[in-house]
Amino acid sequence: MTQLPDRAPTAKKLGLVIDLDICVGCHACAVNCKEWNSGGFAAPLTDFNPYGADPAGVWFNRVHTFEAGEGLGGRTVHFPKSCLHCDDAPCVTVCPTGASYKRAADGIVLVDEAKCIGCKLCAWACPYGAREYDVGEGVMKKCTLCIDRIYNETMAEVDRVPACVSTCPASARHFGDLGDPTSAVSKLVAERGGYDLMPEQATKPVNKYLPPRPRQTGCGSAPAALRDDAAPLAPEGLFLKWVDRLLSR
Amino acid sequence: MSAEPLIATSTPVGDEAKFTTCYMCACRCGIKVHLKDGKVRYIEGNRDHPVNRGVLCAKGSAGIMTQYAPSRLRKPLKRVGPRGAGEFQEIEWDEALGIATEWLGRIRTTDPKQLAFFTGRDQSQALTSWWASEFGTPNYAAHGGFCSVNMAAAGMYSIGGSFWEFGEPDFEHTRYFMLFGVAEDHASNPLKIGINKLRQRGAKFVSVNPVRTGYSAVADQWLGIRPGTDGLLVFALIHELLAADKVDFDYLARYTNAPWLVIDAPGKAGHGLFARSADGRPLLWDGAEQRLASAMDTAVRPALVGRFALPNGSEAVPVFELLARRFLAPEYAPAAVAARTGVPAATIRAIAAELAHVAFEQSIVLDIPWTDWAGRKHATTVGRPVSFHAMRGISAHANGFHTCRALHVLQMLLGSIDVPGGWRYKPPYPRQAPPGPKPSGKTVAAGRPLGGPPLGYPLGPEDLLVDDTGRALRIDKAYSWEAPLAAHGLMHLVIANAWKGDPYPIDTLFMFMANMSWNSAMNTEGTRAMLADRDPATGEYKIPRIIYADAFWSEMVAYADLVLPDTTYLERHDCISILDRPIGSPDAPADAIRHPVIKPDRDVRPFQDVLIELGVRLKLPGLVDAAGHARYPGGYADYMARHERAPGVGLLAGWRGSAGDKTGRGAANPRQIEAYIANQGFWTQPIPDEAKYYKHANLSYLAYAASMGFVGEPKPVVLQLYAEPLQRFRLAADGHGPVTPPAAERARIRTYFDPLPIWYPPFEEAAVDGAAFPLHAITQRPMAVYHSWGGHNAWQRQIHGENPLYMHRDTARRLGIADGDWVWIVSHHARVKARARLMTGVNPDTVWTWNAIGRAPGAARLSPDAPEATRGFLLNHLISELLPVQDGGYRYANADPVTGQAAWYDLRVRIERIGALDTAVDLRPLTPGPQMPGAEAPPTRLRYGAEFREAP
Repeated sequence: MTQLPDRAPTAKKLGLVIDLDICVGCHACAVNCKEWNSGGFAAPLTDFNPYGADPAGVWFNRVHTFEAGEGLGGRTVHFPKSCLHCDDAPCVTVCPTGASYKRAADGIVLVDEAKCIGCKLCAWACPYGAREYDVGEGVMKKCTLCIDRIYNETMAEVDRVPACVSTCPASARHFGDLGDPTSAVSKLVAERGGYDLMPEQATKPVNKYLPPRPRQTGCGSAPAALRDDAAPLAPEGLFLKWVDRLLSR
Repeated sequence: MSAEPLIATSTPVGDEAKFTTCYMCACRCGIKVHLKDGKVRYIEGNRDHPVNRGVLCAKGSAGIMTQYAPSRLRKPLKRVGPRGAGEFQEIEWDEALGIATEWLGRIRTTDPKQLAFFTGRDQSQALTSWWASEFGTPNYAAHGGFCSVNMAAAGMYSIGGSFWEFGEPDFEHTRYFMLFGVAEDHASNPLKIGINKLRQRGAKFVSVNPVRTGYSAVADQWLGIRPGTDGLLVFALIHELLAADKVDFDYLARYTNAPWLVIDAPGKAGHGLFARSADGRPLLWDGAEQRLASAMDTAVRPALVGRFALPNGSEAVPVFELLARRFLAPEYAPAAVAARTGVPAATIRAIAAELAHVAFEQSIVLDIPWTDWAGRKHATTVGRPVSFHAMRGISAHANGFHTCRALHVLQMLLGSIDVPGGWRYKPPYPRQAPPGPKPSGKTVAAGRPLGGPPLGYPLGPEDLLVDDTGRALRIDKAYSWEAPLAAHGLMHLVIANAWKGDPYPIDTLFMFMANMSWNSAMNTEGTRAMLADRDPATGEYKIPRIIYADAFWSEMVAYADLVLPDTTYLERHDCISILDRPIGSPDAPADAIRHPVIKPDRDVRPFQDVLIELGVRLKLPGLVDAAGHARYPGGYADYMARHERAPGVGLLAGWRGSAGDKTGRGAANPRQIEAYIANQGFWTQPIPDEAKYYKHANLSYLAYAASMGFVGEPKPVVLQLYAEPLQRFRLAADGHGPVTPPAAERARIRTYFDPLPIWYPPFEEAAVDGAAFPLHAITQRPMAVYHSWGGHNAWQRQIHGENPLYMHRDTARRLGIADGDWVWIVSHHARVKARARLMTGVNPDTVWTWNAIGRAPGAARLSPDAPEATRGFLLNHLISELLPVQDGGYRYANADPVTGQAAWYDLRVRIERIGALDTAVDLRPLTPGPQMPGAEAPPTRLRYGAEFREAP
């Protein structure tokens, strides 16, 4: 049993805000994450059978695509999912060795591989399926929120965000301190009605999802049609009108 | 609580970072490649690059796994077994180049057209087409005929630009955006960046696509249209706008040929052509003075309707009147097209109303003064903020050329081309509609260059490449009566025609990056059989010699006699030239280079260097000087910097002149590549504000374009509602003029060369029994893979390693098919097996799958039981390159009759449920895969990057 930080929840809560209104499901976040982390803090992200049947690798971020609703109200949802860095992280409290921990300074949930015995209790405990067991290395891995980028003093300030945020072509991913109500991400969550994933699990996830904006079925004050469909079309009348229309050049 | 471990958070990303251009798809984004210990640590988007502004998609992010894929070729290969068996011997480059030189040299000194040189997703067409021309063969093209030539040709003949990558919506200002038939790519990241801007701003986004994936998933409105009927939808929108008198007459009168007079003299040689003055200028009717006037006169009040007498006694009618009568016909009313398109009439009428509302009630005014072609000064720039983008979904049909033309007509009627908020040209476009030059290849002489580029834009029948009897002069029959405006050639017919010897046999097929035994051909299995077929009389292969250049062990490699192994995109020079498809934006032209950021670890060479070396060995005049010495001893990089197309105009526009201080035009600069490398691998320069909009008619822009060498002279580009060149073909079909079609072709030309848009059912749909093949079958391009052909890529194949057949739940229920069932997909041509997946976001008459996932066992060095081979499939197997037999027994190409564009979205199928999966069911039509010689087995566990981890 591992304890959460003394002052749980942490004051600073670094996390992601993911905008489902604009995610087109392109997997850029997933692959760029894989690419960065393959050589980073938790390297490698082992791939088994990379060129064979049933290739299976470690991915910290995966995009799920599904349909919701039917008919005109139906939609296709692209849903990227990674560790949500919960305030009440069950993956931490279940850990028998102290390998899983939540950082007091910023709330990031990490695995200390030196202590991890690969028992996978954390994967069972996580209701989101966000843990990734690396069979090859025998340790549990997960999203680090790119801890080796966000504090990296060798990188330009603008680049000190998680790889998934930096690369997202649709700007559907945002990074910041969700513990600070004045931060850009907190304001975005407030404005757009950002929500917790599966709140009934009481894990208090830090990451938030922004719901799709309402779809415009019409367009402002545009009428439903340009003319009365019941009235028969009389092209000759139009042509007579156009004869009299002398245009300037 | 125990203390938290210390973490090294400031590890440098790598030892160094280099800027170059991505090639994981066609988008050509700028990338920053971080290297550590000589290996690629991380690839990210270049924040300063005009294409991607720092973002990078899944494909670009997977570049590392392409760089280190075990399927990379190692050395030149010489075939030692039968074709298709994949038995090769590794040889040295000198031997490989010697063999190629001997084969090609013999052809060049006897009959250069015996070489068919076709390149696939080639981004060096400025070089490869020039090389073909220097060699002297007309038989050259890249993959555009298979890809989206309808889009290109319809645009070039209408507006002197096109969708594809020749322009883009003004995402900064548009308030209404309609996207037709785009699932991914062209252009990948710019579209994603743009769509986000629309969503943030609350602009309305309508996606027209039979399938609701990707972009369609985030659209405000998704129209799940029936494939091949987009043209009808556009016709109905135009019908509604005209009926309500909601078109931009001022724009039409000033910038289009709407007022130009068309001769109405049926049966006469001039019928349907523009009435012209004695000096050849098109005429209009000046309503103020009641007289004929030059169409380019400014002090006139042009009439758009009426019937006017010409001096020779004929009568003429303005284009607009002909156009209005066409589109106002009752068969194009929304209610008349609703059932066929699957889009309710009320929806069509609402969209027409919304387009008119946004274009005319929400027009935007930018505080930018400008001067038009006539010298009129405009205090502000007015925009109609409705915009459109379209790609293969409308293009890859047999009616795609006219559908795309109709879409351009809609844009013109709304006055939304190159205005704020509309669709805008990317320099060097616009060019004249159509632009020059004409295709070369009427005469082919031993040992002589062609005299011009093989591909171009015919203006009439006299520009066709046919002999006196009307027979095609090109192996792919491009620019013949079967495909007169084949501006990108017909790569999809090369192998079938060469195999048949129709119109003539060839000696050598030379291909680059064109996997014809896989996804780049229709009738994949038939194509493989033709590649391996022998003449029973002689025992020789029907296509005697095949040279293939690629970086990977692919299906096509197995059929080559000589394999020239290419490098990856990170290991070579390349030129993203303004002479090819433009990058950049409507506000700023741009070009870019690739340069080697890492050294190859094997005996491979960049294809472009090899091509130049072959040219030197063959003593092609453009590549050797009078003494026979190489003109470009530094290879492709040297060519990129020093080759000139016209005096002062070369492949790259930046840092020209001996001091590197000129842009656009300027002497060649031997240090140009260094300048590009020092500037992150790209050049861009903003267009002055007053030149940014109405480029087709903007005096400042036209002068700027001429000064840069984008166009020859600063002439306005008049947008062509009515495409007169098409009428010239029609007149020929009526027997007028010196070059007329053979009798059998006349009806076809007469029907499809209408100078105004028409709509007709796709050919395959019209030819097959609708009851036997009741469904449409199409592909969508998976965003994480498409255009990088990622089967060899360990990360991409984990996202899309197999492709099910998706179908509507209601359709499946009717057929008794449950989610996960195995089914046969049956076309008039072939059948393949797939696993059904059910969904609701698809047109009920349509089934679909992801494109380019299924692989032949062993291809890309995947194990034979890889899901790509056991559960994936290609729809290509079901598509014939020929239509079913027509009257007279002839089988026309399965293609658009105007351009020859491969009509692979016309496919019709039925679905048959397979009971319990019989593992004995033949996985035909995949063929057994060969093994790459000399290479270690691919790893079963990949720990890439472990070596980069810092010791704790």
